[in-house]
Amino acid sequence: MTTTDDSLSQPQHEGHRGEETDVTAAERIPPGRNPRHFGIDPSEPWPDDVPMDQDDTHWRYEHDPKGARRAELRVAACWTVTLLASLGLAVVYIIDANNQLAGLCWALAFAGLGIGLILWARDLMPGHDVIASRGHHDVSAVADRVAAAESLSRGVDAMARRSFLTKLLLPVGAVFGLATIFPLASLGPRAKADLTKTSWGKGTRAVTQDGTPIRPTDLPVDGILTVFPEGHMDDALSPTLLINVGTDNFRMTKANQGWNIPVSGGGNIVAFSKICTHAGCPASLYNVQSKQLVCPCHQSTFDVLLDCKPVFGPAPRSLPQLPLTVNSDGYIVSQSDYTQPVGPGFWSRG
Amino acid sequence: MSTTRERASARKRYSIGKSVLDTVDERMGSSKFLTSVFDKIFPDHWSFMVGEIAMDSLIILIATGIYLTLFYVPSQTDVVYAPTSGHVYLPLVGQHMSEAYKSVIDITFNVKFGLIMRQAHHWAALIFLAAVIFHMCRIFFTGAFRKPREVNWIIGLLLWQIVSLEGFTGYSLPDDLLSGTGIRVIYSIVQAIPFNIGSWLVYNLWGGRFPGTVFIPRLFVVHEFLFPLLIVGLLTAHLMILWHQKHTDFPGPGKTETNIRGSRIWPQYALKAGGLMMMVSAATFFLAGFVQINPVWLYGPYTPFNVTAGSQPDWYLGWLDGFVRLWPHWEFRSFGVEIPNPFFPGLLFPGIIFGIMFAWPWIDKKIYNDYGSHNLLDRPRDKPFRTGFGVAAIIFFAILTVGCGTDILANNLHIGFERIYQYLQYGMIVGPVVGFTIAFRTCKALQLTDAHPIQKPLGGVIYRTSTGAYHTVGEAHGEDHGAEHAPAEAAADGRGAEELHSPVGGD
Repeated sequence: MTTTDDSLSQPQHEGHRGEETDVTAAERIPPGRNPRHFGIDPSEPWPDDVPMDQDDTHWRYEHDPKGARRAELRVAACWTVTLLASLGLAVVYIIDANNQLAGLCWALAFAGLGIGLILWARDLMPGHDVIASRGHHDVSAVADRVAAAESLSRGVDAMARRSFLTKLLLPVGAVFGLATIFPLASLGPRAKADLTKTSWGKGTRAVTQDGTPIRPTDLPVDGILTVFPEGHMDDALSPTLLINVGTDNFRMTKANQGWNIPVSGGGNIVAFSKICTHAGCPASLYNVQSKQLVCPCHQSTFDVLLDCKPVFGPAPRSLPQLPLTVNSDGYIVSQSDYTQPVGPGFWSRG
Repeated sequence: MSTTRERASARKRYSIGKSVLDTVDERMGSSKFLTSVFDKIFPDHWSFMVGEIAMDSLIILIATGIYLTLFYVPSQTDVVYAPTSGHVYLPLVGQHMSEAYKSVIDITFNVKFGLIMRQAHHWAALIFLAAVIFHMCRIFFTGAFRKPREVNWIIGLLLWQIVSLEGFTGYSLPDDLLSGTGIRVIYSIVQAIPFNIGSWLVYNLWGGRFPGTVFIPRLFVVHEFLFPLLIVGLLTAHLMILWHQKHTDFPGPGKTETNIRGSRIWPQYALKAGGLMMMVSAATFFLAGFVQINPVWLYGPYTPFNVTAGSQPDWYLGWLDGFVRLWPHWEFRSFGVEIPNPFFPGLLFPGIIFGIMFAWPWIDKKIYNDYGSHNLLDRPRDKPFRTGFGVAAIIFFAILTVGCGTDILANNLHIGFERIYQYLQYGMIVGPVVGFTIAFRTCKALQLTDAHPIQKPLGGVIYRTSTGAYHTVGEAHGEDHGAEHAPAEAAADGRGAEELHSPVGGD
């Protein structure tokens, strides 16, 4: 029956239980694919004992009228609880719909009904175990199976005679299936360049949540501020963090020369995308001591002084830096859009 | 015993019942079917009850869900929360929010019994998923998925997945800060599908770039119409197949592959099932009254640039979020394309895991070289490899689920989250191996002693054979296999009597 030691014990422990017919049948099964049902040949006669002749009409307190009466009262008591709780529900509703009291009344009403039903069933309803046949093999007689196969092949043969048509149907069906995508395509616009662009541009003023433009002196050393491109508060890819890293050594590369704003008195303002490069949450927890940004969703950690390089967690890339400058009015503006796509990865990003 | 009057009224009741059934029968020819319904036999075991709990939770969900639909406004239109008539939640006054969020705040504070219906709906969903997952484990560990029940295993897995998504869409509808963050993460995961399918898909689902203005209304259609339709349809198929194939049962005296032992559905079993539904409702509403769930008014409305610390999905999706956290920071770029980081923990590995689950009935056939049909269940100990594999899977899922709470753990245990990440990353590899080994060896040991793992042995009847060997008849423990009837059952059987009694008599 088996090649693994796991199931070797199976026939043995079943053998203890006196299921001789099935166990011996199971033991006769040769290794390999066994099409037979429940270890029994489907053509064998099936035992057909129905539960009708077994007596399952007895109930718990059948011969104990006093016990039956007590059981009846117990059920009635449970349902009285339901009755009172329902009235309580009405009172709670009229007074102030207190949530706790409502929950208590609902729970008591349901529980009274439920316990009552279960006690009624247990003590006063008939329902002993009976044994019955499972009735059918879930597999049909050989003749029926042959008849079904013949009915099927009536059509299959007719189709097979025209193999050109059946072969044609596949590609035609596939193309037609693809064509049904078009209604779905109306659901939204094409992504295209939209994926790589934000609302920042040359000279876009950085504004706070309430639309106020910012001067470099507004942000003290170690200060952090979420800013938006003016007029584009609702663009979910544009939120940007302004950080004043003070006199700390901010890593400059060839690429980000002149992207920061030095502030008189030792300040140094840099701007990074707030959108985590992992799954797009706002990376908004700033640890001033370590100069690290932590994303509260999956704890990706970015070292601000290292150009927001990821130093811990699942984020695969640095937060992109926004090139900043100060315009003629003295407000912080972007020199251009981000020079690389913001936020989580996508296929065409590479 | 019974008086003439009692007999007369019994006859009257009978004739009323019969005339009702006859009325139906003359139109439907239903009598034979109805007899089989009333006489339907279900085996009894406490673990068979959990699937019923799932079904009861679904009924509660539909009832409370329809109620909530009457008040919820599926719209992302921006409004300012202003004091109107009735109760007002002052901390939110003057804040911008979507109409959807405002309607949920109104259900909570301004609709009498609205809060309890909301909380009952959410609790019922949590109980539903717990019942579904326990039910799946029961089916797996007892081999109930084997032929002829592979199709119901697959339908069950589909139900689990759709119900999980239904839960996600449900808690996303309030458009609060927590659920909006969850939607943002899902957006990133969907966007990670290779070959630009991801970008195409998110722009179609969201009607453009995240967050857009159409996603909440679309989610509403999915949550109220599409998924419920699938769930109810698949559940109907699930139950019809169960009804047709009849329930499996544990092996025991007198039980064979071809018979079924249990009580008839009418009346006792049906009343008990009704009682269970009431009890599930009672538990749900008790929780809804006393244990706060998803207090969206504390989270605030969603904005793409805000987030709360402690962002966790509901428990049944925790494993996915934990996987996304614990997966290393790898991302692959070459030939001008990129495979984004969330693709691996969010799509590829869940896909592989689901694939193994769907294929398990056929993998199991191969492992045990058993292609036959079974109505009697395995005891988990008798299939140590399968049991060990299942335990390993549970531990894997459990560690990932713990992984979705790394920040909460770090905060409460005062351990840096970096170390917790490391423990869990090692744990998700080592834990399943350890779990498999322990479960495998425990099964082997239990096979040898044949003892119940948590009940002390009661002792059986020992017979000595003519060759001097000893047999223990029945179970050597007090499980519900009906050990005390075993000698009688064996004696009633011809072969059992010969084997067992002749040596005793022969001596």
